[in-house]
Amino acid sequence: MKDEQHSESAQEHAYPETTAGKPTVEDNAKVSARGANVYYGEKQAIKNVSLDVGAHEVTAFIGPSGCGKSTFLRALNRMNDTIDICRVTGDFRLDGEDIYDRKVDVVQLRARVGMVFQKPNPFPKSIFENVAYGPRIHGLVAHKSELDEIVHTSLERAGLLGEVKDRLDTPGTGLSGGQQQRLCIARAIAVSPEVILMDEPCSALDPIATAKIEELIDELRENYTIVIVTHSMQQAARVSQRTAFFHLGNLVEMGDTETIFTNPEHKLTQGYITGRFG
Amino acid sequence: MAPTAETHANDHTVRSFDAELDRLSNTVVRAGGLVEAQLAAALQALVKRDAALAAEVSAKDNEVDALDQEIQDHAVRLLALRQPVAEDLRHIVGALRIAGDLERIGDYAANVARRSLVVNQSPPVKAITALARMARLAQEIVKDVLDAYVERDVDRAIVVWRRDEELDALHTSLFQELVSYMMEDSRNITACSHLMFIAKNLERIGDHATNIAETVHYLALGRPLRAARPKGAEVPTEPSSGPESPT
Repeated sequence: MKDEQHSESAQEHAYPETTAGKPTVEDNAKVSARGANVYYGEKQAIKNVSLDVGAHEVTAFIGPSGCGKSTFLRALNRMNDTIDICRVTGDFRLDGEDIYDRKVDVVQLRARVGMVFQKPNPFPKSIFENVAYGPRIHGLVAHKSELDEIVHTSLERAGLLGEVKDRLDTPGTGLSGGQQQRLCIARAIAVSPEVILMDEPCSALDPIATAKIEELIDELRENYTIVIVTHSMQQAARVSQRTAFFHLGNLVEMGDTETIFTNPEHKLTQGYITGRFG
Repeated sequence: MAPTAETHANDHTVRSFDAELDRLSNTVVRAGGLVEAQLAAALQALVKRDAALAAEVSAKDNEVDALDQEIQDHAVRLLALRQPVAEDLRHIVGALRIAGDLERIGDYAANVARRSLVVNQSPPVKAITALARMARLAQEIVKDVLDAYVERDVDRAIVVWRRDEELDALHTSLFQELVSYMMEDSRNITACSHLMFIAKNLERIGDHATNIAETVHYLALGRPLRAARPKGAEVPTEPSSGPESPT
């Protein structure tokens, strides 16, 4: 019976002309991509992807290794610019403004679109300096008291203040993995970004630390727009409102997380999330 | 490793999960077969006035309950250990729901059997013919919906879902027929009132079969049957509690 259900679709492995589900949003798009392509030299890592990231939503990117989800994430704040052989085409917009416009200051862009990486990477400085660094170089503060406030607020929002407030001058690298990751989130928040990109932020953390980050992501949604790349489908299901499934550089399907995990449209999505390949 | 058209199998990467899902379906099918047999035997006991058979059906209801429990335990275990999504999730939730409906159908069958013992104390009533017709339809509906489950056949499930209306119509006319017999001759009252409850049980069996049809639709397509649900029997005054509840 299962076989029959699967074989009913002759296009099982074909990519849809357009992405299945609902890759765009009606009116609250914070970040939009249209006809996006990313190449590493000759190899095309992202193929004609169009999608919207809704404001104050958590959008999860899922897919097997090498599907292009991280590449696409990095295109959203031009992290790929740092890779020589990388070429990006198509239209990327943040609040309707072209992210790849010649006039865009990439440093400013990355302040608006922050990033948290897979491995916690605090600077080899004190906890305070880790968070203070961004606001300082972006010239966001005039007085020490302002800086203090930003550091405290950021640590608070990252759910870390209670654990570190008595040792702000100790090295950030001395914290546990989960704390370090929350420190990195505090550091990202400190420059008041609008969007936070997270590239597998919990893959190096234990379940408790992961739960804390997930709880944090849910709280941060109120003030920020979040895009998270994750290998954990359960995590995507838990934290996100919308989910995008990438496969071999294609955006196969995108839609409400609930729909993706209960009744996905595309066979490939179904196969991936139910563990039938990967 | 990214899948290609060749390597993308229908099986889970973790094979034991497939085996567990198959086992769950098989238990549901087994429960369905047992319930079908119980219903057939109960109706035979009624028509043939076979007290021994009726007692057997009544005793066997425990087996239906045990299978229902087995399905529930297994489904809960799979939910906890496999964290299923999409069609796997629907498969398991569907099994849970269908098990509940089968358990109720089993209860109604047992109730028919027990009532047949009482009915058989009185002389035969003419209405038994109409009741037998209703019984055949109920059996057909149950059989068809179980086949639809096994085949994951949505079209067949929809046909069953629609046929429940026929059963409701038969119930309504049988109800009136029984009322007229009771008015004709008060000695018919005991038998006829039990037959009324038996008819009601059959009507309820149809409703549970309808539920199963809806579950099959959801299992296969991931969305509920949207059209208006067939209405319940339009019986003037429905017995609301007590004797008709299967025990």
